[in-house]
This record gives sequence, C-alpha cells and structure tokens, in this order.
Amino acid sequence: MDILRIATAGSVDDGKSTLIGRLLYETNSITKDKIEALESASKRKGLDFLDLSLLTDGLIAEREQGITIDVAHIYFSTPTRKYIIADTPGHVEYTRNMVTGASNAKVSLILVDARQGVVEQTARHLSIAAMLRIPKVIICVNKMDLVQYQESTFNAIKESLSELVTQTTFEGQEISFLPISSLYGQNITQKASEMPWYSGNTLLGELEAFEYASTLAHAPARFPVQFVVRPMTEAYHDYRGYAGKISSGTFKVGDSIRVLPTGQESTIATIEKFDSKLDQAIAGDSVTITLTTDIDISRGNTLVLASEDQAPQLKDFSAQVCWLDHTALTPGKTYLLQHGINMTKAKISQITERLDVATQTATEGVSSLQLNEIGTIALRTAQPIAADQYAANPANGAFILIDEFSNSTVGVGFVK
Amino acid sequence: MQTIQDKIGHFPRQLEDESIYILREVAAQFERPALLFSGGKDSITLVRLAQKAFFPGKIPFPLVHIDTGHNFPETIEFRDWLAKETGAELIVRYVQDSINQGKAKEESGKYASRNVLQTVTLLDTIEEFKFDACIGGARRDEEKARAKERIFSVRDDFGQWDAKRQRPELFDMLNGRIAVGENVRVFPISNWTELDVWNYIKEEKMEIPSIYYSHKRQVIERDGMLWADSEYLNKEADEIPFEATVRFRTVGDMTCTAAVSSDATDIDVIIEEILSAEISERGARIDDKRSEAAMEKRKQQGYF
Repeated sequence: MDILRIATAGSVDDGKSTLIGRLLYETNSITKDKIEALESASKRKGLDFLDLSLLTDGLIAEREQGITIDVAHIYFSTPTRKYIIADTPGHVEYTRNMVTGASNAKVSLILVDARQGVVEQTARHLSIAAMLRIPKVIICVNKMDLVQYQESTFNAIKESLSELVTQTTFEGQEISFLPISSLYGQNITQKASEMPWYSGNTLLGELEAFEYASTLAHAPARFPVQFVVRPMTEAYHDYRGYAGKISSGTFKVGDSIRVLPTGQESTIATIEKFDSKLDQAIAGDSVTITLTTDIDISRGNTLVLASEDQAPQLKDFSAQVCWLDHTALTPGKTYLLQHGINMTKAKISQITERLDVATQTATEGVSSLQLNEIGTIALRTAQPIAADQYAANPANGAFILIDEFSNSTVGVGFVK
Repeated sequence: MQTIQDKIGHFPRQLEDESIYILREVAAQFERPALLFSGGKDSITLVRLAQKAFFPGKIPFPLVHIDTGHNFPETIEFRDWLAKETGAELIVRYVQDSINQGKAKEESGKYASRNVLQTVTLLDTIEEFKFDACIGGARRDEEKARAKERIFSVRDDFGQWDAKRQRPELFDMLNGRIAVGENVRVFPISNWTELDVWNYIKEEKMEIPSIYYSHKRQVIERDGMLWADSEYLNKEADEIPFEATVRFRTVGDMTCTAAVSSDATDIDVIIEEILSAEISERGARIDDKRSEAAMEKRKQQGYF
C-alpha cells in the first residue's frame, strides 16, 4: 500500500483546518466520540455548526486565537492509499512551520479565499512549493458559497495567478485549480450541484488519481552510512555491516562501490534487511550492506556505485536558502551544516541575492536574511559534502543549517 | 469472502523503513539513549523495530519501564519474557518509591490513578541514568496535542515540552543537538496509525500480552465503560463487580484503561472490531477525559 503525503497552505482564515476536518468527516475517518467532543466544543464557542477546525488545532494557544500555529499531522486512508496531511499554519509569522510541513509532501494544497482573491501568502506558498519541487499543486478556491458560486470569480482568480504560475513552475510539475466550499463540503468528496460549470474532479478524486512516477530509484545511487553494526558475538565475530537508508538509486549484490570522501573501492557482498538477504535495494529502503573487503568506513561516509559519475564533493558552492530563525542569517558567521546524516561546519561568505516571492524579483547586495526570507548564498564547508544539485536529485540535495550555540535549526538550503 | 487485507491493504512497508532510520539516528547521535517500554502494543512494536534496525547486533540501548504498581500482571509477565527473548537490558523503576520518598502523592477519589505520578519517577530515572534520548511509542493519530509533536522533541531539564519552541524538522534530517541537562524524546512511529500497528503485528506474527485478546474478567460499569476490578480501583458501594467477556484495545494502568466487550480471539477479528468501532482508541483512556487539553498540559510537565 502506498503513502501520499500532502501539505496544506494558505493565508490565515482561508479555512485549511476546516477543509481537512471535512475530508476526514466525509471519508468516515472520525469516530463518534470525536464528533461528540467536537459538537460540545463547538457549542461552547457559541457556534451552531460543527467547527471542524477544532479537530486539528490541538494546542491551547491555537484554540484561544482560532489560528493554526504549528504543523499538525493528520491521517486517513482509502482502499487506494494511506494519506498523511501536514496541516500547516497560514500566518506569515509561521512560514517556517509551513516549510517544515511541506518538505516531505508530494502534493501541496494551496487555499485561496474566493472573496479575497490572490494575496501575498498565495505567491509565497506557490514559490515555496516550487523551491521544494513539490510535483503537484492544487489551488483550492475556497468559500465559493460566499461569492454565489460564480464562475467569473473563480476564473478571475485563475487568471490573476497565471503569470506567477508560469514564473515559478518547473518541468514536470502539475498545477490545477478547484472551486470548493469546505464549510458545506462542496467538491471535496462529492460534486457540488451549485457549480455545474465546473467539470473537473473533486478534491479527493484528484488525490486518488494522482500518480507520481518516482524517479528516485533511477537517480544516481547514494547510500549514506548511518551506523556500523559490529555484533562481536561468537556467531558474528568478524561481521561488519553498514546500516543506512538508501537516499536514491539502486544497489545490487556484486556491484562495485566507491566510498566518499575516502575514494576506497570494494564490492557489495550482501544486502540485508533483518534476517533476510536481498538481491537489490532501492531508494527509501533501510538496509544493512556488507562488503567483500575490510575497509575503513564510518558514519557519515557515502557509498556510491563505482560505475556512476561520482557525487560531487562540494566544499565551495552556492545554494538557495529559506531562513527559519528570529536571528537573521549573517554572512561571515559559522554554522553547522547537516546534509542528510552528515554534519560539518560551514561559513557563509556572501548573500548573493534575496528573492521577493510576491513579485519573483531578486535584490542584490543585501546584508542579511531575516526570518522567512528566501535568498541565494555562497558558502564553504570544513569537510566536503557528497551532495547533488537539488533540482537534479532532491533526495540528496538539501541541507539544514544549525546554530552552534542555540542548537536550533535556523535555515534550510538547496544546492544549486 | 473479503479478507482483512482486501479491506485495509498490506502494511505500508515504507513506514518500517522510516522508523528504522530514526532508531539508527538515535543510536548514532546520542550517548545514552533508552527505550521507554510500557508493555503496550506500541512499545512492543518499537522493540521489534529496534531488533531489526541493529540486527545481527543486539539492541544498543536499555528498555526502561516505569512501573506504577497498577499494571496488569499479564503486562509485567510479558515484559520480562520479551527482555529475555531479545537479550535487551531491562531497567525498572517504581512509582511506589517516588511516593515513599515523598516526591509524589497518591490521588484520592474514585478516579484516582497513578498516571500523572509516573512523570515524577520518569524524570528521576532520566536523571539517575543521565539519559539524553528517550524513545517512546506515541503516535500522532492518537490525540490532537500529539499530532503537533516532532519526531525529535527537545525537552528542558524539567522535561517540559514547549510547543512554540519546536525546531523545524525538514525532510528526514533529524537535529539531535542539545545542551547539557536537556534531553530529547524520540517518536519513531509518529506516522503510524492504530490500524498500521495492528496490521504490522499481524504481518510480523508478533506476540502481544494476552489481555489484548478476549478473556473473562471481573469488571464494574462506570460512565458507560467497563473497568477492570482490582484492589487498586476505588469503588463506590453500588459498583458491584460482575464477570464479562472483554479485551483491552489499549493497555495502560488497571485504573485508567477501560475494557471493551469482545469475543475476538485472533488478530483478524480485532482489526474488524477497530474498523467498525465508533469510539477512538484513546476514548478508552480515562486519563485523557479530564479536560480538552489534558494531554498538552501533561506533556508540558514532562509526561510522555
């Protein structure tokens, strides 16, 4: 059974949480006790309808303010697949949580309030979806009930986004538009008779039909070593296994491999998953690999196929970053850079430009990047990292920056 | 006839790969990790995943059980069997000791339980062994405050969770750097649902404590639920125990877990029952019903 990860985005009060509540409600994913709890909570708030947002706004502060502050993860299944929704905050102040929630998503749902039309957050979220290379974006024009279900309103919103869509989209990304009302459940799992002019799929229909061809298994093979298994028991006296999760590509028994950064070569003896031995393993598999020769490999090393182009050993490179911390990014400062499981020190030599996401224009000569800002930086690492360009191999092209003193994750970067 | 697999599909193996990856990160990034073992199905699943992650090596961290003294005897029996079976180190600390030391006070009244008191013993145990990472079986689908939890959740030296200070967690990159005195709670099965856990137990043919299956037991009825009768339950005069055929859907203390009427003697029937249940899993956890924010408040205090 496959898993489809979805992230919601949109401005405050666009009704994201209500949309998710509606999806759960209509796919029978809420049990009776939860609906009863919802009914009594809605009544306490003085509402005469079911406030489905109360299902996902799980924090006291969120219910007080009626907004989503942090990402909530919500689960539902159909006979086709298991869905994981990251319900992310709409408030501009919490954009970093939105990026967090969207980083694993294959589908981004961006909500637009039909009365407000396109706002700056719409552009920001579209731009972030492109930066993360999310393969499918569904722009849900919500609250159609409040604009008398007019086709002209829907078309005007579509039209006003077309230039931005052309600017941000990349080859292979699917973008679609959907008129909905989450409050009344129109075009969520059932077609809305109020909008006969819309002939497309419902939201659930779109999600069920979406097939993303995973290119990861065919990407260059990358295996970062997480943990060296050395049981040192009688039965496994000389056993030395390299445990990790394959980032991209395929490894087979008998393949010649090269170790980065040391450059040593060897051959794969076995690929193991618990007590079974496999002929091959692909991207996403957590396995343990043993080699025919005894060479020095430790955590943080990356195995690649000797026959393939080597992963670039980057030391001086440029990257797009999204800043996630209240303390601004400052050139000249040293950060810790974590690429996958590997950590090294990094110095940011320069901010090349800052991107205005609303207009997609770049400004050069900036001295800092503030919370939630996106820009391009030049950096140098203490040790080389075995990273690919993010656009070419997303599974091996992203990194995070960590503040050495606060230990916080302060930025996310994408190798250019 | 439609089989269980026709209805719910096979267990999504991607979840297992992701959880194993998380457990290996814990072993690599921390000096003194521990797996918090409750004897429930979620922590049993964690032990299974840990076995797989480090095979053919042993599980490189101890199993830690905070024994409230109100556990089902079947759970304790199972715990000892599992530790022996896997060769894992088992550490047990007792809530009774915290009470004797005057650090925790027994609750009174008919809803008295030791659920909240556990936190005191847990924090003392973390300090005693200087654990820097504690692995737990919490899932995001259980409860809405848990839905907000990160996989690596940083706690201060009082064990407190600050929802507003959570680190961004991007892709599968886990940042486990902490200051001295802080520790990390790790939730490897965050993305599993209740059904995923049962489906996994089924496909892996795992052993689970017998009380998950139908059995006869003395119970009382209270607030529309069946409570296991025991010496720890404060009963009122009109609460007369009677025998019923029940099983437990979730296993906590005897004083805070309700039973359900059931004839399910095998796992397929259990899954069928969950599919048609009108009550969520934590609906049987009396400790969650104290208020709408019961879980969030307990987590702020250092609860799991």
